[in-house]
Amino acid sequence: MKKVYKVEVDCANCAAKMEEAVKNTPGVKDAALSFMTLKLKVEFDEGIDPEQVMKTALKNCKKVESDCEIYL
Amino acid sequence: MTKKQKKVLYRIILAFVLLIAAALVSRLIPSLPFFVPPILYLIPYFVIGYDILLKAWKGILNRQVFDENFLMAVATVGAIALGEFQEGVAVMLFYQIGELFQSCAVGKSRRNIAALMDIRPDYANIMTENGIEKVDPDEVEVGTEIIVNPGEKIPIDGVILEGNTTLNTSALTGESIPRDAKTGDEVISGCINMTGVIKLRTTKEFGDSTVSKILDLVENSSMKKSRSENFITRFAKIYTPAVCYSALALGVLPPVIRLIAGMSPDWQTWVIRALTFLVISCPCALVISIPLSFFGGIGCASAKGILVKGSNYLEALSNTKYIVFDKTGTLTMGVFEVTAEYPAEGYTKEDLLRYAAYAESGSGHPISLSLKAAYGKTIDQNQVTDIEEIAGFGVSAVVEGQKVYAGNARLMEKMQISISELHREGTAVYTAVDGVYAGCIVISDRIKPTSADAVAGLKQSGIRKTVMLTGDTEQTALRVAKEIGIDEVKSGLLPADKVKEVENLLAEKNEKENLAFVGDGINDAPVLSRADIGIAMGALGSDAAIEAADVVLMDDNPAKIATAMRISVKTLQIVKQNIVFALLVKFLCLVLGAVGLANMWLAIFADVGVMVIAVLNATRALKIK
Repeated sequence: MKKVYKVEVDCANCAAKMEEAVKNTPGVKDAALSFMTLKLKVEFDEGIDPEQVMKTALKNCKKVESDCEIYL
Repeated sequence: MTKKQKKVLYRIILAFVLLIAAALVSRLIPSLPFFVPPILYLIPYFVIGYDILLKAWKGILNRQVFDENFLMAVATVGAIALGEFQEGVAVMLFYQIGELFQSCAVGKSRRNIAALMDIRPDYANIMTENGIEKVDPDEVEVGTEIIVNPGEKIPIDGVILEGNTTLNTSALTGESIPRDAKTGDEVISGCINMTGVIKLRTTKEFGDSTVSKILDLVENSSMKKSRSENFITRFAKIYTPAVCYSALALGVLPPVIRLIAGMSPDWQTWVIRALTFLVISCPCALVISIPLSFFGGIGCASAKGILVKGSNYLEALSNTKYIVFDKTGTLTMGVFEVTAEYPAEGYTKEDLLRYAAYAESGSGHPISLSLKAAYGKTIDQNQVTDIEEIAGFGVSAVVEGQKVYAGNARLMEKMQISISELHREGTAVYTAVDGVYAGCIVISDRIKPTSADAVAGLKQSGIRKTVMLTGDTEQTALRVAKEIGIDEVKSGLLPADKVKEVENLLAEKNEKENLAFVGDGINDAPVLSRADIGIAMGALGSDAAIEAADVVLMDDNPAKIATAMRISVKTLQIVKQNIVFALLVKFLCLVLGAVGLANMWLAIFADVGVMVIAVLNATRALKIK
């Protein structure tokens, strides 16, 4: 399953780090963050609740870049 | 400016005033106790830098030490610890100014690009008991009747129930000539209704409408990253820690060596150099300007009616050396007309056309459409059964109880039906009724007026070879190729053969060069996906083509391929300029910093100045002609 989220982040390097953090979250198959459109596209593993996964993903993102937001 | 940016601006002004005040006070009143000036400088320092310090601290807690905030915090705290109060505050101040400037520049180009692609309709007019009401297009169900007034965008794909008008499709196709639309026509969302009021019945939901599809596609395009972007991401991962360790070595090793050699260690000089080194090193100029350039290029292309589905494809386009064209609908109009009928003995022209048109009635292929058009009467679907498409050959069907075959000469051969003569011009549809040859209908296609120029333009932009693939006869194919200036022709191909031909070409060429396939997207999806770059044209409203292709030309002008390549080449140039410029300046400043020739001011320029210049350069991609 794929979902798109709106994000807020200030610098391009931080966006790359967020993308990496989301990718490494369990339950996420693949993720791509576009700094230009401020959109995060996440592909989830089969049979997983995206909401829970995204909560963890957001936590992981906050770890690498405290000043970021994903609008779930 | 956003709220966030305004807040930073106020902090910058406040900190600047406080910094000047602190400098004046400590200069004019020399009798101040020794601890007062430092405190005076710390006030503007915290005003301007508290968030950076906080972020750096959080970064350390989360074991993310090598980021910009950390670099700035270490550099400024270090400067202050060494008694360089003014410089510490100034560095932080200028860093924030640079960040603000960059944030505004990025925001501006983001808005510019968004405006370029502003085809999203805001509302739909629906009819209710209380008259006409404006609603969100998302809420309109399929089959609803909506009204579009002159000057408004068509919000949802639909069919015109009432009214005639002219449509401006330029936002979708880049084509400025308006199109006429009359009752019964299908219209697509995103066009602007220019002259008359029209009433539509929607045929799709907003989410499935053309305009939504295009917006999705363009917005997602920047997520498919180019090789240059991936390179920079990988580069930054190695580069930042490498620079940090170098800075550490620069701050520690020389003094230690000097100590061992019996000289004074001179800690202060080396630590300042190490801090300068850190400030210079920030990789943001590279990390931001490259996706920005690609996004600008993609935005620029979409304003011209060329949808590029990813930065990687825009990158690949610049290195395309081979272009393979499908003939029908790509280089030719795909509008077929019956130009001659040769009925066999015992059949009239009328009979021949009727059998062929009935047999082909189930197909949407341009040839079938032209047969139907030439027949001119309505087709009674009850009279035709068992329609079977024989891909690459033709069709078979039972018409009025008789088995009819209609297709090319090979179909007749396959069915062992002897034909009286072979027709060389155009496309010949041979027809047989109950196993007996009934005659031949010749259909011709017209070459697009833009095709020859397009091929010449491609040659000029460095295409090595152009190839045309077609299912048509050799004679027709050669005639078309000669007229347009195509290098190589493969004719008489079945759809599967086209894939094979493209695979052969792919195997022959050099790995670094790309091969693009251009088709109309109707039945060449496998080839489109097999080529390095699949280009579908005339795709306005064709979902299959938008799915299968990497680059979609919204109108059917093949000259747009050269435009797309030019945008791609220029974008890549800008990307390369930025990489080279940023790396050169940084490297030069790093060396200067290490040997002590660069001060903090130069360091700030190397960080923020380079970034701003790179961003401004990147926005040029938007304005490629």
